[in-house]
Amino acid sequence: MEYMTIDGIKVPIEDEKNILSLIRKAGIDIPTFCYHSDLSIYGACRMCMVEDDRGRMFASCSEQPRPGMVIHTNTKKLQQYRKLIIELLLSAHCRDCTTCTKNGMCELQSLAYRVGVHAVRFTNNKEELPIDMSSNCIVRDPNKCILCGDCVRTCSENQGIGAIDFAHRGSKMQITPAFGANLCDTDCVGCGQCAVVCPTAAISIRTNVTEVWDAIEDPKKRVVAQIAPAVRIAVGDKFGLPKGVNAMGKLVKALRIMGFDEVYDTNFGADLTVMEESKEFAERLKSGENLPLFTSCCPAWVKFCENRYPEFTKNISTCRSPMSMFSPVIKEYFAEKDKEEGKETYNVAIMPCTAKKAEILRTDNCTGDRQDTDIVITTQEIIRMIRQVGIKFENLESEACDMPFSMASGGASIFGITGGVTEAVLRYMSPEKDHTAIENIKYSGIRGKAGFKEASVTFGDRTLNIAVVHGLKNASDLIEDIKAGKAHYDFVEVMACRRGCILGGGQPVPMGPATRTARMDGIYQVDQLSSIRYTDENPLIDHIWNDIIKGREHELLHRNM
Amino acid sequence: MNRLKSREDLSEVRRLSEERVEGMRCRILICAGTGCLAGGSQKIYEKMCSLCGNDPDAEIVFGPEAAHKDGIDVEKSGCHGFCEMGPLVRIEPYNYLYIKVKPEDCDEIYNTTVLNGKPVERLLYSMNGVTYPAQEEIPFYAKQMRLVLKNCGHIGAEHIEESLAFDGYKALEKALFEMTPDEVIDVIYDSNLRGRGGGGFQTGYKWKQVARQAETTRYIVCNGDEGDPGAFMDRSVMEGDPHKMIEGMLIAAYAVSAHEGYIYVRAEYPLAVSRLKIAIAQAEDAGLIGDDILGSGFSFRLHINKGAGAFVCGEGSALTASIEGERGMPRTKPPRTVEQGLFGKPTVLNNVETYANVPMIIMNGSDWYHTIGTEKSPGTKAFAVTGSINNTGLIEVPMGTTLREIIYDIGGGIKGGKNFKAVQIGGPSGGCLISSDLDVPLDFDSLKAKGAMIGSGGLVIMDEDTCMVEVARFFMNFTQNESCGKCVPCREGTMRMLEILEDIVGGRGTMEQLDLLEELGLAITDTALCGLGKSAALPVLSTLRVFRDEYEEHVKEKKCRTGTCKALSSFTISPDLCKGCSKCARNCPVGAISGELKSPFTIDQSKCIKCGACADNCPFGAISRG
Repeated sequence: MEYMTIDGIKVPIEDEKNILSLIRKAGIDIPTFCYHSDLSIYGACRMCMVEDDRGRMFASCSEQPRPGMVIHTNTKKLQQYRKLIIELLLSAHCRDCTTCTKNGMCELQSLAYRVGVHAVRFTNNKEELPIDMSSNCIVRDPNKCILCGDCVRTCSENQGIGAIDFAHRGSKMQITPAFGANLCDTDCVGCGQCAVVCPTAAISIRTNVTEVWDAIEDPKKRVVAQIAPAVRIAVGDKFGLPKGVNAMGKLVKALRIMGFDEVYDTNFGADLTVMEESKEFAERLKSGENLPLFTSCCPAWVKFCENRYPEFTKNISTCRSPMSMFSPVIKEYFAEKDKEEGKETYNVAIMPCTAKKAEILRTDNCTGDRQDTDIVITTQEIIRMIRQVGIKFENLESEACDMPFSMASGGASIFGITGGVTEAVLRYMSPEKDHTAIENIKYSGIRGKAGFKEASVTFGDRTLNIAVVHGLKNASDLIEDIKAGKAHYDFVEVMACRRGCILGGGQPVPMGPATRTARMDGIYQVDQLSSIRYTDENPLIDHIWNDIIKGREHELLHRNM
Repeated sequence: MNRLKSREDLSEVRRLSEERVEGMRCRILICAGTGCLAGGSQKIYEKMCSLCGNDPDAEIVFGPEAAHKDGIDVEKSGCHGFCEMGPLVRIEPYNYLYIKVKPEDCDEIYNTTVLNGKPVERLLYSMNGVTYPAQEEIPFYAKQMRLVLKNCGHIGAEHIEESLAFDGYKALEKALFEMTPDEVIDVIYDSNLRGRGGGGFQTGYKWKQVARQAETTRYIVCNGDEGDPGAFMDRSVMEGDPHKMIEGMLIAAYAVSAHEGYIYVRAEYPLAVSRLKIAIAQAEDAGLIGDDILGSGFSFRLHINKGAGAFVCGEGSALTASIEGERGMPRTKPPRTVEQGLFGKPTVLNNVETYANVPMIIMNGSDWYHTIGTEKSPGTKAFAVTGSINNTGLIEVPMGTTLREIIYDIGGGIKGGKNFKAVQIGGPSGGCLISSDLDVPLDFDSLKAKGAMIGSGGLVIMDEDTCMVEVARFFMNFTQNESCGKCVPCREGTMRMLEILEDIVGGRGTMEQLDLLEELGLAITDTALCGLGKSAALPVLSTLRVFRDEYEEHVKEKKCRTGTCKALSSFTISPDLCKGCSKCARNCPVGAISGELKSPFTIDQSKCIKCGACADNCPFGAISRG
């Protein structure tokens, strides 16, 4: 084993590609704004600079470790430079910290505190730039941008979109859509991954908290909450619970305290999706038309396909997403009661996703003229609402969801992770319904963090070729292969966000490696602990089906094209 | 020209080209560099063509039909370098150099010189009462050593035959048929040719590194993105002798087994672009670029890529990104350009002047090259000399020549007999040299030791009337505008420095700001991402070191001793000297001066815009700037 010396600590060099990773391995949290292990090296913030034993300075993110190297991460000079760099960033940054949406979570703020910047010796002469509110999903405030480029690289490298990029030179440099266009006029799909990596509030979630409070206050509204599968395992750690823990029960209780009239589980909607999508898949397999079948749960993916590969939109399942199937069912369920009581059912969907905010406005997700989901708030927003009320979330007693939409299968619960939709559909389609069948599907190759996964599953005499991708760049690569005739599949699951909804654009940040693993483990545990694992075993489905859906499947559960 | 298929074909065309030039009774070379063209040399060319009965659009042909009836050849040449005196016309075989020529002078030149071989005395250069008929004897040229620029001004720049007649592609011929690629690299390596673009990195070492990469697709890139204010060395080579540079690139390509190359040239050099296009097209026609060059089996294609004028694209990784169609921003290194350059492939990236050095080194060998210049910086260097100097222009001298020789012997001294104050060398990335540095040899290492750099070779001469704080502000403004904006120190740091400098020249500076300026400068130098950023603060740091008293004067006394900083200067009329003629009041554009005739006038300081028109026009010297 070869070593290098970091601040006097001997650190073994394994497969680290840069000194920064080695420094972190040595237990030193070297500051950086622009380094992300799953993005290309950018090297612009200069916060991670180190000094070698000859006094040479370099950025540790872009230097390869060499055996025998001796470096220092915290010399007086480096401390002084880090302070000055933060001061320079603040000199061109809006400093209304107390009223900023990122207050308390801002990396610039926390590093300024950490390196000890107590005064900024420069006045901010920067011209104020307009805030881009054109997107339904995210807000772009260039006045808070520190130009680390994380969003640019995320959008182009991970998502293959490139809706934003750098423009202008020197201190006039900006990150903006091409030609200064509004975000809504670009190829942006609203996935919110740019907001996830943004260290400040330069890109943030478009918040709808006020609308929800207004609805709760309105006596004429029956406010119904539905909670998406990936929310429950991401909400707890902001209140001191362990990362990845299933806090569904506490969340249900919190929502009731806040004044929601009904609290339901989106997993019920996911069970409906499993049934409808499996039926559609079986039909397409029979007819051989429009294969492969692409999943339709992820609105960012659907938009991406429409933008970039319109010729493949016919391959996308006509099923609505679980949320958008569930909402009309809820409205139908209360239709009569609403009439009697002179109320109106108001669907609030609590989602890990920013793109859902745009999905609900799509006319193909409406039933007639009726917008089925009234508002979407993200996990981050529900956390903010809980804090506003002052609920001690961590101490709440768990409660169950309201009937009749309180029960769902384990298959539905894993919709929030890459491969989950596929797994649930396969469980439904599998002629065998025992533990072995579940294990076979689990180990078929559709689980795991690889960006592109393939599996072949045989049911009877039919072998199904399946691909699972997450991250839109991976989706794009796959489609190019399909177009080129290099790949042939029957079923393709696509999720816009890497690892699926557990790392969605609306989830609490930061999402470091430990958080990622904990959320993944957490969501599989929900499935593991479910009393029913197969959608077709959900006893509530039949009842709802017969009462509400039967004969209206296409109106309520499918996108009206 | 017919495609040349072998070495013999090339020799034959070269013989014909030489014969053609030698067969001319008279060659009229009209400078068509950017400076002289702006001075109207195109009209001179057309007039001369019509007087001599030459068709300006005619292609060169050999053989009996080629002989002009009178043996007169009118050619558009590249820049002679003596730009102060342009438009220039050189007439061979007499070697007369006519200066400041106008179209009206053409008849006399034709009658006196072309027909009768006599000089037109009034158009010759004279200095201190001595008239110099021969170009080579003019002090400006006599003290130079023009090797890279040898042909600039002496050959037609738009005909490959002209280049061939003056040894063009001879070195390529030698490399292709007498040397292995490794031998070529060894010669360049042994010559210790150092990159003329600024860094002074060893060219041969670069080539060696590219040659040993496992990846076999390699590229040759020429950096013609000369962006320093006041620098035009590379432009002159591209405009005046494009084939020399192309030949250098071909030799580099042969040495490292590359088959494709790019010339990155700024779009602000339209003439260079057009001459390069012509040169490449002619070399392609002749089979000197393309497949199986001269039957040697070696193939090479060359493209021109126009830059949009960003200074930062002179930085290697920004330049390659720009060619790839990306935003011109430097990236972190490693990997270096020699490993992963253009399109991620190993790339030889040198500048124009460096490539133009290659053919003569191949022809004469590395030992010969070491006889020129200094031990560690062999060869010559071209400098663009501008500012407050009598002979503005382009010169080439051996490395190690002193500033004193350049300014006083070649440059003819400071304009208006003023005192020399400083020279900004190496453009906005360089540093300031002062009178005590006049005898420092100009080479890579001596300058580095002085906190300056040779850069691409811009020399901006400043006299005693130059305010060094304003100079620093000017360069900082340039750097800030040209910063790509990627790394924090360069993007924000240079802006904060500029604001402080603006405060100082505007009379709002404080002593604390002076310290902050230095703190910022040192931090930017240590922490910036690329060469542009690392050197951005050099003009400020070097002037701050040498002229700190001037900075302090601006801050403490709110005074600019040169009167350059308007906010700090004021004009006053001496009541003792003023005769009350009212001329100042009549010249004042804002009506700030009033008084009664024949009694002293006064200036209303609240209205004065400090233009200096009053002082310039006062017949009694009664108005002083303070």
